Amino acid sequence: MTAPTRPTKVRGETILDVDHVVKHFPITQGVLFKKKVGAVKAVDGVSFELRRGETLGIVGESGCGKSTLARLLMRLERPTAGRATLGGQDLFAASGAELRRIRRNMQMVMQDPYTSLNPRMTVGDIIGEPFEIHPEAAPRGSRERRVQELLDVVGLNPEHINRYPHQFSGGQRQRIGIARALALRPEVIVCDEPVSALDVSIQAQVINLLEELQDEFGLSYIFIAHDLSVVRHISDRIAVMYLGRIVEIGTEDEIYQRATHPYTQALLSAAPVPDPEARGHRSVIRLTGDVPSPADPPSGCHFRTRCWKAQDICATQDPQAVPRAADPHPSACHFAELRPQR
Amino acid sequence: MSQYAVRPTPASPTPPGGHLLEVRDLHIEFRTGEGVAKVINGVSYHLDPGETLAVLGESGSGKSVTAQAIMGILDSPPAHISSGEIRYQGRDLLGLPEERRRQVRGKEIAMIFQDALSALNPVFPVGWQIGETLRQRLGMSRADARRRAVELMDLVQIPAAAKRLGDYPHQFSGGMRQRVMIAMALAMEPKVLIADEPTTALDVTVQAQIMDLLADLRRDLDMAMILITHDLGVVADVADRIAVMYAGRIVEHADVRSLYRAPAHPYTKGLLESIPRLDQRGGKLSTIRGLPPNLMRIPSGCPFHPRCPYAQQVCVDVVPHDLVLGDGRTSACHFAQEVHDDRTH
Repeated sequence: MTAPTRPTKVRGETILDVDHVVKHFPITQGVLFKKKVGAVKAVDGVSFELRRGETLGIVGESGCGKSTLARLLMRLERPTAGRATLGGQDLFAASGAELRRIRRNMQMVMQDPYTSLNPRMTVGDIIGEPFEIHPEAAPRGSRERRVQELLDVVGLNPEHINRYPHQFSGGQRQRIGIARALALRPEVIVCDEPVSALDVSIQAQVINLLEELQDEFGLSYIFIAHDLSVVRHISDRIAVMYLGRIVEIGTEDEIYQRATHPYTQALLSAAPVPDPEARGHRSVIRLTGDVPSPADPPSGCHFRTRCWKAQDICATQDPQAVPRAADPHPSACHFAELRPQR
Repeated sequence: MSQYAVRPTPASPTPPGGHLLEVRDLHIEFRTGEGVAKVINGVSYHLDPGETLAVLGESGSGKSVTAQAIMGILDSPPAHISSGEIRYQGRDLLGLPEERRRQVRGKEIAMIFQDALSALNPVFPVGWQIGETLRQRLGMSRADARRRAVELMDLVQIPAAAKRLGDYPHQFSGGMRQRVMIAMALAMEPKVLIADEPTTALDVTVQAQIMDLLADLRRDLDMAMILITHDLGVVADVADRIAVMYAGRIVEHADVRSLYRAPAHPYTKGLLESIPRLDQRGGKLSTIRGLPPNLMRIPSGCPFHPRCPYAQQVCVDVVPHDLVLGDGRTSACHFAQEVHDDRTH
């Protein structure tokens, strides 16, 4: 079944360490005297490590907290609790000059290439803007040359430096977003659904570009997406999120071949496979119902309301993401087991 | 030449009574201030009772515009149907006056849209919206329309339908909203359902639920379905036949199995090779080079030639006609047979 595979990269040291990060958004009531009546538990205790040079894929359905997690890591939101270190420096405690230094090291590629680029700025200004904030990254005189280099690196014509975003197609705009993220030579790039707004034929071009850049610059990626095939293709390790928590985390092989969490199994089985011969031969786990509201998640295991294995213990005890007897990668299920071979 | 036995395509010759729905050589332009965009350039396809036809294409390929033309809901201007026919049960819909078209719309051919939240009216309860068609078109009383709305909501498996009749669209989840849309489309018991990217905005597990529901309804109510999508996975799961669109043309038309086994158009081949697969970890993805064409300046000859690895001089000079391959499938490529037999990938 295996096509020519990219070797799983040698695992380097940990560059980003995320430890029990929590983000609750308050729900308030009242006009003058706002009273907190509840909280949307967008991210509810997430821990993982990102190693140098690897790609950690984060998958999950809408509302699972994957984008909030990205915003927390970029310090666009303040966490309610938890710790994270980037290259040994405390990400959440930093402020002022120290925060600026950390931010140089971690950049982001956004989902929507249409709204994430300022339509009134030229491409040169967009890609060069990081140098305005971090003037030490490139001396003034060399900036234009550096922007042209970046355009070249992402496969755009350096002569188009004075064009505006609307003169580019969706795929080209996403390349502009990637060039902007590369400008400060970061070690970590958080990609939040970087290809989901793109057409199929363009998606492959951008995925290949991200992989080439990773090899060339030794980047580490956090790759957030809902498309399981894309995530499998690009990731070394994968974390599966459900309602603010990581329910299972492991290598590409562990998640796609030996998943032990029922949610992961259901998610994988529900994804359509582009092969009509498989029709009727795939055993698909049909989940009933919708994802519960993160403002009022079920007690115990968040997945139990949709789970066919749920027992009383699932309502009373939070299953921890720990290695399980069925397979030694962390899985947050009391009844973790491999799916019987089809 | 092909070492693969190809099953005969269900795309059979015209049945005695004609096809249920047939689009013939449709041409549509968008006339805008910046120029004329040739959005549809000679599209023909047909649909027979009870079958599912997938129309696959990327943004701008014209797959939705064709569907809107069938429904008669194109905004005109800017859209202008310059030529072609859309025949439903033998009648050309394009020649009908608007009142007669309304008789077809909803009752014979209904449509569901990608974005249920913007397709539903936010200020009316869903039960009222489902019942609106019944009151307006069938002259049902309020009470009867209400009762029928509950039945329809049951049919699309909305739990506690009677209780949710008075809820507004924003009170439903994405999957449930899509079910409401489907219930509305089914209100008049249409014979053809056009589903325009019905699951694109939904999550994977919910997508599976909705596709199952559509397949069940199609079978139980004996409808024919046109499924418009960009997702090759969804097509493989549900469709009988597939028409692949590029730059306002159908470039390949075949039954689903033979198309996936051996695509006969370089564009289809490129698409199939460029998607990452869930069931295998890939190396470098193969890509289709370049970009889809600007519809105001479609390349000469074959519109795909600037991106095509098979392109020769003839592709620049001559517009390829549909080449019928041995098994009844067609491909608009000068080298269709070579592409079909090329197993290098």
